[in-house]
Amino acid sequence: MPRNKPNLTADAVKEEMLKAYPPKVARKRAGQIVINKVEEGGVVPEIQANVRTIPGIITQRGCSYAGCKGVVVGPTRDILQITHGPIGCGFYSWLTRRNQTKPRTAEERNFMTYSMSTDMQENDIVFGGEKKLESAIREAVEIFHPKAISIFATCPVGLIGDDIHAVSRKMEEELGITIFGLSCEGYKGVSQSAGHHIANNGVFKHIVGRDMTPVEGDFKINILGEYNIGGDAFELERLFEEAGFTLVTTFSGNSTFKGMANSPQADLNVIQCHRSINYMGEMMEKKYGIPWVKVNFIGAEAMAKSLRKMAEYFDNKGLKDKVEALIEREMKPVKEALALVRPRLEGKTVLMYVGGSRAHHYQELFKELGMKVISAGYEFAHRDDYEGSKVTPTIKVDADSRNIEELTVEADPEKFRARLEEKAREKLEKVLKFSDYEGMMPEMEENSIIIDDISHHEAEKLLELVKPDLFCAGIKEKYVIQKSGVPLKQLHNYDIGGPYAGFAGAVNFYYEIDRLVNGSFFNYLKAPWQKSPELSASYAWE
Amino acid sequence: MLLKETPKEIKDRQALVINPAKTCQPVGAMYAALGVHNCFPHSHGSQGCCAYHRSTLTRHYKEPVMAGTSSFTEGASVFGGQANLLQAINNIFTVYNPDVIAVHTTCLSETIGDDIPQIVGKAEAEGKIPAGKMVIHTNTPSYVGSHVTGFANMTRSLVEYFSENTGHKSSQINIIPGWVEPSDMREIKRICREMGIKTVMFPDTSDVLDTPMTGKFTMYPKGGTTLPELRSTGDSRATVALGRFASGPAAKLLDTKCKVRCEILDLPIGLAATDRMVDSLHQLAGVSVPDSLNDERGRLIDVMADMHQYLYGKTVALAGDPDQLLALTEFLITLDMRPVYVVTGTPGKRFERRLAELTDGLDYQVRVKQPGDMFTLHQWIKNEKVDLLMGNSYIKYIARDEDIPFVRFGFPIMDRVGHSYFPTVGYQGSLHLLEKILGALMDRIERDAPDESFELVM
Repeated sequence: MPRNKPNLTADAVKEEMLKAYPPKVARKRAGQIVINKVEEGGVVPEIQANVRTIPGIITQRGCSYAGCKGVVVGPTRDILQITHGPIGCGFYSWLTRRNQTKPRTAEERNFMTYSMSTDMQENDIVFGGEKKLESAIREAVEIFHPKAISIFATCPVGLIGDDIHAVSRKMEEELGITIFGLSCEGYKGVSQSAGHHIANNGVFKHIVGRDMTPVEGDFKINILGEYNIGGDAFELERLFEEAGFTLVTTFSGNSTFKGMANSPQADLNVIQCHRSINYMGEMMEKKYGIPWVKVNFIGAEAMAKSLRKMAEYFDNKGLKDKVEALIEREMKPVKEALALVRPRLEGKTVLMYVGGSRAHHYQELFKELGMKVISAGYEFAHRDDYEGSKVTPTIKVDADSRNIEELTVEADPEKFRARLEEKAREKLEKVLKFSDYEGMMPEMEENSIIIDDISHHEAEKLLELVKPDLFCAGIKEKYVIQKSGVPLKQLHNYDIGGPYAGFAGAVNFYYEIDRLVNGSFFNYLKAPWQKSPELSASYAWE
Repeated sequence: MLLKETPKEIKDRQALVINPAKTCQPVGAMYAALGVHNCFPHSHGSQGCCAYHRSTLTRHYKEPVMAGTSSFTEGASVFGGQANLLQAINNIFTVYNPDVIAVHTTCLSETIGDDIPQIVGKAEAEGKIPAGKMVIHTNTPSYVGSHVTGFANMTRSLVEYFSENTGHKSSQINIIPGWVEPSDMREIKRICREMGIKTVMFPDTSDVLDTPMTGKFTMYPKGGTTLPELRSTGDSRATVALGRFASGPAAKLLDTKCKVRCEILDLPIGLAATDRMVDSLHQLAGVSVPDSLNDERGRLIDVMADMHQYLYGKTVALAGDPDQLLALTEFLITLDMRPVYVVTGTPGKRFERRLAELTDGLDYQVRVKQPGDMFTLHQWIKNEKVDLLMGNSYIKYIARDEDIPFVRFGFPIMDRVGHSYFPTVGYQGSLHLLEKILGALMDRIERDAPDESFELVM
């Protein structure tokens, strides 16, 4: 469908979006909508992020429980997970996030297809639910005999004062298996992000380092922040194995309790989703001495760059050669696909509001397709995800974030092992940029509109004003945007698609975007008689 | 195997629910509120509730589901959500301009004891509610009942807030359709039109959750019961409530509040339940049943006869919501099929009592559990297999592991498109359901048939 693209400046678009709001709301949102400008050293304007959602302004954000169970801990297949609360939370987080998992043997445990809950009733709210939780744990052990159980707190649990940690300790002693609680009540923090942090703390405290059995193999790595949506982690596992890396574990796509327990055996942590897992990277470096680097496996070029970065770290000729050979082979079909698809998509415009890292990662794929991301933002990211790690020390900790525990981590006297000598680290620093994330905004064009926690109203206004060719967001936005005649690609759960990571994933994505942008269904909106309604009726024999 | 951890041996459980056959109240309240014209559903709790409910409804209906949240923080949870709700009311009327905001609570706001009418009163006093606009509410503590209870509560609140007895009785009949698809609501209205009966249906999500693609998104689609229609329900001649669990409470309140007599019936799924609905309508409205409906009925029986040899004696396991299960059980019995396992997560002894009535005199045992879960259902199946499974999308994991034909029915169906467009109520809807049941059974026979007995004709 031909679209008119009115020539509005970014500032004018921003002003239009804010017009409908009450003054207080407009002021607050003005700080969360920033017109990009990149200065020397990647300095960008400050954005308000990780701040409270405004009640009544339609948001796409979820809660702390969703971030903790739904995102970080959920994808580990052999931890039996019990939601302590009324039934809803456990129901909604049941198989809805498309994190795939594949037990290696028929015997390996897999609880991911199960939803378990204490289904708290009014009595439990009034008299406390600790006894019910204890019984639920006993029943779960009796039926399933798991090695580990995690307990997730929902809103009322914190309010009535059930101590899930005390219950966990007691039951751990009684039953002799690992049991730990996660206080991820939905009201904590301002979005899913708080839940990620709580999950990182829980996994770090209760799982990581519990098993220090040496891991066989060379070039040992962990992937942090890859959740195997649509099989992304499977694709990465395939590539890493072929290149010669040894993957100890992924946090947490296609993962197991043992893998995560054993993760300190790795010599490098590569971070994909910075927002949800950076805490883990930091804590593992301090306690075990494993450095972390930011990578991006989304986009063929980005994948190649990330592989080279990883090979550079281990500085081994054999590994580097294998990586180069792999890239060369995998890039062939990528180039073929691009030759076909890029001419059909070049110059098309994209709006993208998703996650805490994806709105950045997916720009690589659109760059490869020659498409232009004119506005982007995250749902639950912090300032560093927008502006880069350089602003981390200046981020103000507000009352909502202060309530999330910050673990004090020190080098473990026995398990800490420096992976690089000072000199080697300095040499690698330039290429690898340890413990650094450059952020989304420095890589975006001037005058792009950056929007944090975009509201429904702003999205609708943007559609009207900038008329994009594609909108990337989630399920709640999907049909709103589609009804407006603009295709939407879900980048939380990929609709039913994927994998989109790695080289083959990139090819999948190119074709999917071609299908969406050049699909025909929007051409049929007008019926023949609606196209020329002014015609008057005439007799057939005239 | 996807549910390979499920053992055959059944152990008694008192505390742990595994694979629930229900979800929580607020999502039902949200769905009911969407069936009111120009209404904005609002969730008073953490924003995760609202996100989860919108996602689930969106995944089922494949339509925009717009709703707001009070976005509780830890501070609001300690000091109460009044400030959040006041701000929300102001923002919603300013930015989204609905005629009515329908607030429902959550386990969070119920546990801390927020008093919604008091907060709304304060909003009114502070001038945050524009003239002619309304904020209504219902209490939906997630730790009581299920999503069906939430639907029933919001529907009941519509009566509480709107229905007026002006003393001028009208000839119209109120229809409370229960938690059914937009297409079902449309079909029930069509049947009433066919009979020449003037009706008010509430809530009514047809033309709200099945809107046409026009290239323009509308926040408030043309469907939904209008506020004048809701007010007029107090003057109606009678109420027909379909589904005891979802529609009963609203119908009873209309009776006590406005003296509108009610008939509470099963959902009109299948021959007998549709017969009862049509018969009730015919008597309450004092109209005759038109030939066109007799013909529809006749066509259904004709198809039942055509299909009988393929359906006869087949055992079925069902999981879902009580109103749907009761009607479906009766229909399956009418077809000479055998609904041997029936499980709902929604608590309520009435369910068992009604099911006992419907299955009275059968020469086989019907195992029923309320509140039960899909884990129990799966274990029953592991002990004695059935020929067919019917339920929401989650049942497909059992169907795959146990290799049993499966018909999607109920809420939520998140893995198919189209279910919300084809009714399963009324004679026509029952016909549609029959087609799906036979299709599932025959596909399996043909999949498994050896070459020599693979047949072209029936």
